[in-house]
Amino acid sequence: MALAVFALIALIGFELFRGSHLALQKFGWHFLVSSDWDPVNDIYGALPFIFGTLVSSAIALVIAVPISIATAVYLTELAPLQVRQPLIMFIELLAAVPSVILGLWGIFVMVPWLHLHLFPALRTTLGFLPLFQGPDYGYCMLAAGIIVAIMIIPIITSVSREILRSVPGLQREAAYALGATRWEVTRIAVLSYAKKGLFGAVILGLGRALGETMAVTMVIGNIPQIVASLFKPGATLASVIANEFNEATGDLYPSALFELGLVLLGLTVIVNILAQLLLKTFAGPSVKPQH
Amino acid sequence: MTAPNHNWRKFKNVFMQTLTFVCAILVVTPLLLVFYHLIKEGFSSINLAFFTQLPKPEGETGGGMSNAIVGTFVLLAQAAVIGVPVGVLGGVFLSEYGGTKLNWWIRFAADILNGVPSITWGIVVWGLLVVPMHTYSALAGGVVLGLMMIPLVMRTTEEVLQLVPGGYREAALALGIAKWRTIVQIVIRTALKGIVTGVLLALARVAGETAPLIFTALGNENWAHNLTQPIAAMPLQIFAYAIGPYNDQHRQAWAGAFVLLVLVLSINIGVRFLTRDRFQQKV
Repeated sequence: MALAVFALIALIGFELFRGSHLALQKFGWHFLVSSDWDPVNDIYGALPFIFGTLVSSAIALVIAVPISIATAVYLTELAPLQVRQPLIMFIELLAAVPSVILGLWGIFVMVPWLHLHLFPALRTTLGFLPLFQGPDYGYCMLAAGIIVAIMIIPIITSVSREILRSVPGLQREAAYALGATRWEVTRIAVLSYAKKGLFGAVILGLGRALGETMAVTMVIGNIPQIVASLFKPGATLASVIANEFNEATGDLYPSALFELGLVLLGLTVIVNILAQLLLKTFAGPSVKPQH
Repeated sequence: MTAPNHNWRKFKNVFMQTLTFVCAILVVTPLLLVFYHLIKEGFSSINLAFFTQLPKPEGETGGGMSNAIVGTFVLLAQAAVIGVPVGVLGGVFLSEYGGTKLNWWIRFAADILNGVPSITWGIVVWGLLVVPMHTYSALAGGVVLGLMMIPLVMRTTEEVLQLVPGGYREAALALGIAKWRTIVQIVIRTALKGIVTGVLLALARVAGETAPLIFTALGNENWAHNLTQPIAAMPLQIFAYAIGPYNDQHRQAWAGAFVLLVLVLSINIGVRFLTRDRFQQKV
């Protein structure tokens, strides 16, 4: 039964290759660098979706990484003992909120708020950057990045917390003995010791961000384009599959979507392998896998 | 290098403590906001009709999600039939049998599978079942959720089996009890609560999955009379209503989200009490 995992991996690989072989034959490697997505004329290229996936994940990491690691530090090193447990439970509950519910909240609460408050503020303060220029409708790359950040923060936080907890107490005591303050202990003894593991936690979060589907689909606007402004709608590999797969007629169209799925799988598997290797070499089996 | 000023160090210490505290608050805020809006919009939208009636045609007000609620449980039952035996037995193998090297690879593969995007699972099962059967079906929806559960259940089962002290196994083996009976009657029985916890958490996780169901279960405005028909599910219905144009659909989406979240979170909170109980017994 345990060998089922290998069978499942083989199944996923086989089905994706079988589904996409038409598109693979027709477009070859050109698929990855072509930015045309034109179902009417049966011309397909993955670049806008790869771009959208990478940009929305990058935004999510920029927001989530500092917040998550700071929270993990707070929870393991600095917080009073009474607040730790309730906070940890809250964060674990946040991880359990289904993506579609966050998407619903995103559509009706977050996107209007971004459109009316945050984006105008960004435009006036940081508008000199091409990233924050142009009009917006609320549904955009930045909104997708923010909602993905909300989704990966609990994962990065709880894996980082496990990593920090596995730092030996002697490390801390040695630093305290030298007269370091709490923060100095954290910085010198804990964070530098745990660097590799924390990096693993971040990469694991990236893996989740790349494949996040529902919440992104609901707030990103779903227009495949490559533009500098984060206020413009975009589309990701996962969101275009979710949106167009059921309407994809003919042979080549679904096959092209399958190939997008293959690209997405390749990206996430590489990132996840990297994350697992980092986490496993850092702490052996003592760090629990996070789901 | 000059000696760092004592007050400056103290200030930095307090400053960083405050900063990390603020970050922790930032993490909790979205959850509180989601809860707040779900209760405000969702709870007020719930009525008896929501649980007992079928969806009304687009644009009409009223109606409910009874078929989607039942559909979610039908899908979960199928998922459990596939995911629980394979996952639990796989976890037993990882913990009790197998070689170090092989098990490292199995664990690694399971962790990679846990990272496979749910949308990918969806198109894989579409190719596997929907195409040959020529129809979207409840069966395909159950299979996709079941396959996703396998690596989840496998890893949690292995973890709780590892918590069973080695002395239990040795004691049983020393009495001449066969290995398989030791595992079934001693190891699994001791860890049963933990295994159940893992299964429930995996069910809670897949209960909210939407992406893999779009191309498999599809959704249905009516009752599905057998497993070869498309079936409604709460996440699908929430998604369809959330992006729909009508206010009454939005109201239903909030109500559905509220019910789904209550379901998922009550499992999550419930198992916490289950496991707390277990640790108290140990102490």
